[in-house]
Amino acid sequence: MSNKVQVAVFVNGKKVQKKVEPRLLLTDFIREECNLTGTHLGCEHGVCGACTILVDNEPVRSCLMFAVQADGCDIQTVESLNSVDGPLNVLQQSFSDNHALQCGFCTPGFLMTLTHFLIDNENPTENEIREAISGNLCRCTGYANIIKAVQQAAQILQKEKSNSSVVSAQ
Amino acid sequence: MKPAVFSYLRPTNLQEALMFLEEYGEDAKILSGGQSLIPTMNMRLSAPAYLIDISRISDLNYIKLDGDFLAVGALTKHKDIENSDLVKEACPLLSEAIRWVGHAQIRNRGTVGGSIAHGDPSAELPCVLTALRGEIVIANVDGSEEVLVPEEFFLTYMLTSLQPDQMVKEVRFPIIPKESGSAFLELARRHGDFGLAEVAAVVDIDDEGHLLNVKIAVGGVNPTPTALEQVEEYLIGKKLTDEVLRQVSDLTQESVDPESDLHGTAEYRRELAGTLTVRALKIAVERARGGNNNVQ
Amino acid sequence: MKKYVGQSVKRKEDYRLVTGTGQFVADIKLAGMLEAVFVRSPQAHAIIRHIDTSKAKELPGVHAVLIGDDIKGIINPITQFESHSAVPPNVAKEINPKIQYNDESVLAIDKVVYVGQPVAVVVADNRYIAEDAADLIKVEYEQLKPMVDPYEAMKEGSPLVQNQVEQNIQMEFHLSIGDAKRVEQQSNHVLKARVKTPRLSSNPIETRGVIADYDNRTDQIHVWSATQLPFEVRATIAHCLGWTEQNIRVTAPDVGGGFGPKGGVHPEEILIPYISKRLNRPVKWVEDRLEHLTSARQSRDQVHDVIVAYNSDGTILSLRDEFVVDSGAVNFFGFTCAYNTAYHLRGAYKIPNYDIKSRIVLTNKTPNVPFRGAGRPEAVFTMDRVIDMIARKLKLDPVEVMKRNMIQAHEMPYDQGILVKDGARLIYDSGDYPAALNQALAMVDYEGFRERQKELKKAGKNIGIGISSYVEGTGAGPFEGALLSVDSTGKVIAHLGASPQGQGHETVFAQIGADALGLTPDDIVIKVGDTAVLPFGAGTYASRSAVNAGSAMHEASLKLRNKVVAIAGIILGTLPDEIVIEEGKIFSKENPSHFLTLQDIYKRSRPAARPPLPSEIEPGLQVTHYFVPPTVTFASSVHIAEVEVDKETGFVDLQNYSVVHDCGTVINPMIVDGQVQGGIAQGIGSALYEEVVYNESGQLLTGTYMDYLLPTSMEIPTVKKGHQQHLSTRNPLGVKGVGEGGAISPPAAIANAIVDALSDLEIVINQLPVSPSRLRGLIKEAEKKQSTILSK
Ligand SMILES: Cc1cc2nc3c(=O)[nH]c(=O)nc-3n(C[C@H](O)[C@H](O)[C@H](O)COP(=O)(O)OP(=O)(O)OC[C@H]3O[C@@H](n4cnc5c(N)ncnc54)[C@H](O)[C@@H]3O)c2cc1C
Ligand code: FES
Ligand code: FES
Repeated sequence: MSNKVQVAVFVNGKKVQKKVEPRLLLTDFIREECNLTGTHLGCEHGVCGACTILVDNEPVRSCLMFAVQADGCDIQTVESLNSVDGPLNVLQQSFSDNHALQCGFCTPGFLMTLTHFLIDNENPTENEIREAISGNLCRCTGYANIIKAVQQAAQILQKEKSNSSVVSAQ
Repeated sequence: MKPAVFSYLRPTNLQEALMFLEEYGEDAKILSGGQSLIPTMNMRLSAPAYLIDISRISDLNYIKLDGDFLAVGALTKHKDIENSDLVKEACPLLSEAIRWVGHAQIRNRGTVGGSIAHGDPSAELPCVLTALRGEIVIANVDGSEEVLVPEEFFLTYMLTSLQPDQMVKEVRFPIIPKESGSAFLELARRHGDFGLAEVAAVVDIDDEGHLLNVKIAVGGVNPTPTALEQVEEYLIGKKLTDEVLRQVSDLTQESVDPESDLHGTAEYRRELAGTLTVRALKIAVERARGGNNNVQ
Repeated sequence: MKKYVGQSVKRKEDYRLVTGTGQFVADIKLAGMLEAVFVRSPQAHAIIRHIDTSKAKELPGVHAVLIGDDIKGIINPITQFESHSAVPPNVAKEINPKIQYNDESVLAIDKVVYVGQPVAVVVADNRYIAEDAADLIKVEYEQLKPMVDPYEAMKEGSPLVQNQVEQNIQMEFHLSIGDAKRVEQQSNHVLKARVKTPRLSSNPIETRGVIADYDNRTDQIHVWSATQLPFEVRATIAHCLGWTEQNIRVTAPDVGGGFGPKGGVHPEEILIPYISKRLNRPVKWVEDRLEHLTSARQSRDQVHDVIVAYNSDGTILSLRDEFVVDSGAVNFFGFTCAYNTAYHLRGAYKIPNYDIKSRIVLTNKTPNVPFRGAGRPEAVFTMDRVIDMIARKLKLDPVEVMKRNMIQAHEMPYDQGILVKDGARLIYDSGDYPAALNQALAMVDYEGFRERQKELKKAGKNIGIGISSYVEGTGAGPFEGALLSVDSTGKVIAHLGASPQGQGHETVFAQIGADALGLTPDDIVIKVGDTAVLPFGAGTYASRSAVNAGSAMHEASLKLRNKVVAIAGIILGTLPDEIVIEEGKIFSKENPSHFLTLQDIYKRSRPAARPPLPSEIEPGLQVTHYFVPPTVTFASSVHIAEVEVDKETGFVDLQNYSVVHDCGTVINPMIVDGQVQGGIAQGIGSALYEEVVYNESGQLLTGTYMDYLLPTSMEIPTVKKGHQQHLSTRNPLGVKGVGEGGAISPPAAIANAIVDALSDLEIVINQLPVSPSRLRGLIKEAEKKQSTILSK
């Protein structure tokens, strides 16, 4: 049954236009049609968070969306966080510095959840961080180092911000 | 875990959505936030031939005051409730309860209409709506509307009175007066899970702490969320003494008939409903006593 | 020289993983690749009457459908893994094992024996179409009585899971020293208890997955698998399909967690290569989470009946234990878990009279394989519950009973009087268990806690503290190898057989090599998880990689260094002994300013006529070393859990968790701490949340992530860690394994803490997980008992 539909989205700033089956999950669209395999599937029923991406700047489970529902939306995946082969961004670097990943399979989902979280939460408490990542499962780390990484990232981002506001005030 | 084939329809207004429903009826399903429907489709427990994606109907996404009610459009997302100052003001119970719905990523997509239409007896919003004696506005194909109360709407486990050609259009939460106290309590195995039991309560008290008005409902322990009318009646004019609370717990346990499942036996859940009701009442009274319904 | 060993060197593997450019099996794309989906049994035990695949075969986009009949006589069944289940002759003499043959066909033939067993496979253009086709396959079953309870399964006349396995007892053994029965008869204090550990599902967040790409011209097949044991996968493919082993190349790419079950070779790892060859196209299969929960190998599921005799001061005189391992429908790993349990049960304690009977029973459940801890969490839960029960009977503090029975530091090395699984004597090599206990007690301010507990009790709050300790044989053999070479750019390339699933091998082995060679970790490129480059290899399991592969890396690096300094000596005209290598600079002690690089040595080592190398030096810079450990080396640990219990609801709040552990030399503290924290998280899962549940008809009730509960960030506290370093005497690095340890003790520590919080109720927790419903049930029962006693 071919009842393909047109989907046009911005993925990491680039316009992508494809004809796909309506049943194609957004995760599969990103992985198979856009060749961005950093977004992972861990459960396909909305619990593990490995598939978390930003749709119009909100973290969502891409396994619980059909690609066609994202038509016209702006999508960001883990591949948007730094330039190809370029240096890591603050959050990525904090993950590495604090050993916040072991197998790394869950990591892209955490990074996308936290990318959004750190925008609204400049100085989060441990509990706020725990709550923020509670929708992402990690089977390797036991979460402690992820929390440390977020604390480090928040501090650096805050410093960067205050530095840049000093600069702009001058 | 990939969904079966379906045809995709994307109405841009309510009328069009209803027309699709009329045409495809039993073979179609409404897709709102998809946070309940898509997991079941991925598991192929549900395989509708047509999916009517209502998410682009723009005029169903609102939170507004309407007389004694806080009127919430069916397409309003959970996160919009969570972030709304109006909801905090007018219906703090709803603000408190919404944070128990899944995780942030789920609340960014899930909708109020979807939560209500899904009819899950352990979902938070139906419990709150039941406690408050709210209303559900249903749109019919012919353009008419019906207003149902939770008792009429929620029939049993995952089943509502919605007909295949009907849609939830709006959910109406009664405004909670400033001097009332409210509380929402839930216990789940893990953070973010559906509750083993949950309680929503609103109370008014006099200066001595006698209860003037009580509204209370439990979720997750009956096939539908249940208003505890016996408890409500019993409490009028009383203070929350140990003896009264014991009675409340007993009456609550008599009003529920949970089923055993993996996460808890029937006996356990029954008792938990009693325990949580007592605890929720205490908090609600405390908040009413504080004069303002201080929900953190 | 130790420069990098001992440092928290940042991981080399992180860059690709945080940028989304890692390569997991599901990420691999090959031209013309098809996707497979399995039809799995919905029945626990049934005869297959008929399978109709006609509609599925007609569906456009479908390339093949296979059922059991299609492979009968063509694909050999998977049998016990010889490398893991063989019983050394001296052990056999001591435990007198009875073993019955068992196996699994890669697609069910004639009957199904567990829910989730592969019955048919569909190959199509993509997974969506393959699932459509799978839905069209109709299988008629005739139900047989399912065996769900192992005790029922063992009864005479019970239906058989595998026809040739009499009484469904696949293996049994008996281990005994001293005379436990006689001691019991003479003792005033005898405790009897039944202690159970739940069936678990390992749940790495990456599910399993296999890709196979057959090349017609060379008759070679390249298989990528999310496996812990690429070499075992290769051997099993060769065995099942009758192919030449050297024509099979198995690669483990980035693997997203393993924890044991990814090391049990599964049917899909055989079938996908077979189909690839048949269709002459690359074929991919990626397990989905529902499949993982039903079909991926599971673990644990032991029931212990213990009888313990002890003195009034808490000294344990004898321990008798008859335990049953419910292995599900097949036992692939022989006595691995069961014997691990048997030889670890006494842990840090001296128990002179010791008598263990074990039976491994088949039931109609998903087959079990080792999972992080592999028999040890079961042993430790049993032993530490026993310690706690004795303490409570004698009204002593559990710490006192622990100390009373503990092996003392001056008794090391300590001979437990029996054999290890590999046939060596069970001798603890090093450690100081009482000191570890004291250190842990100080960390949590044990006395202070007891004070606080009393205070809070008055306010109606129930806090409790629970302790568990373990001694773990780590770094099991048989061996691991390292092949090192230097390339023209002067980089050292190290190939190792032990492939990681997140343990940071690329970093850790580079640290070891860097120290031995006088280089930096960046000068060393670690390649792991590919059978193409190393003739022998084992894999990553049983807390063994740092010990085995790490030692192989160390020894191989020294060999390479010897060769490098020999050649450098010739170039520089000094004795090899005079040569120093520092940060990649190779020079004579006398003249540091004149130095060579590895590139120079590489050039000189090339086979060439002029100038030649002396004949005693072989050309080329390539060395291999296989490290074979004499036996396991013993890591140990003390865990302390602090909880608050809500008596009314049965909810447990895990407030603090502390650990003191000894894993010998710490190569990378950051990574070791990460392993400990992660292991403990899994242990907490099995203590409070996780359990695979089957109903009476063998149907799985925990088939989704809404039912099988993995702990989230809200459930796992940040563990406080204390360290000891008692070096291993059994490898050149002094390391002991640490991978599994964290997962071993939490169930015992947490259960003991809960019992402690409710000490006035005298409840007994010998079953996991301690769910609120279960705990509330125990509390109510105890309250009822107390009120009837009071009213009497
Ligand atoms: C991991 C996870 C955890 C969750 N935890 C919770 C929780 O703790 N509490 C909780 O309440 N929910 C929870 N949910 C469910 C979530 O809240 C859903 O969003 C919500 O139940 C349904 O809203 P939706 O908009 O996503 O509906 P959809 O999934 O789109 O639809 C659900 C059902 O309602 C029908 N429907 C939707 N909108 C309408 C309408 N306007 N008129 C008529 N029919 C309609 C659909 O046809 C479908 O049958 C969880 C979900 C996940 C995946
Ligand atoms: S894959 Fe989407 S939440 Fe698990
Ligand atoms: S790092 Fe492996 S699942 Fe999180």
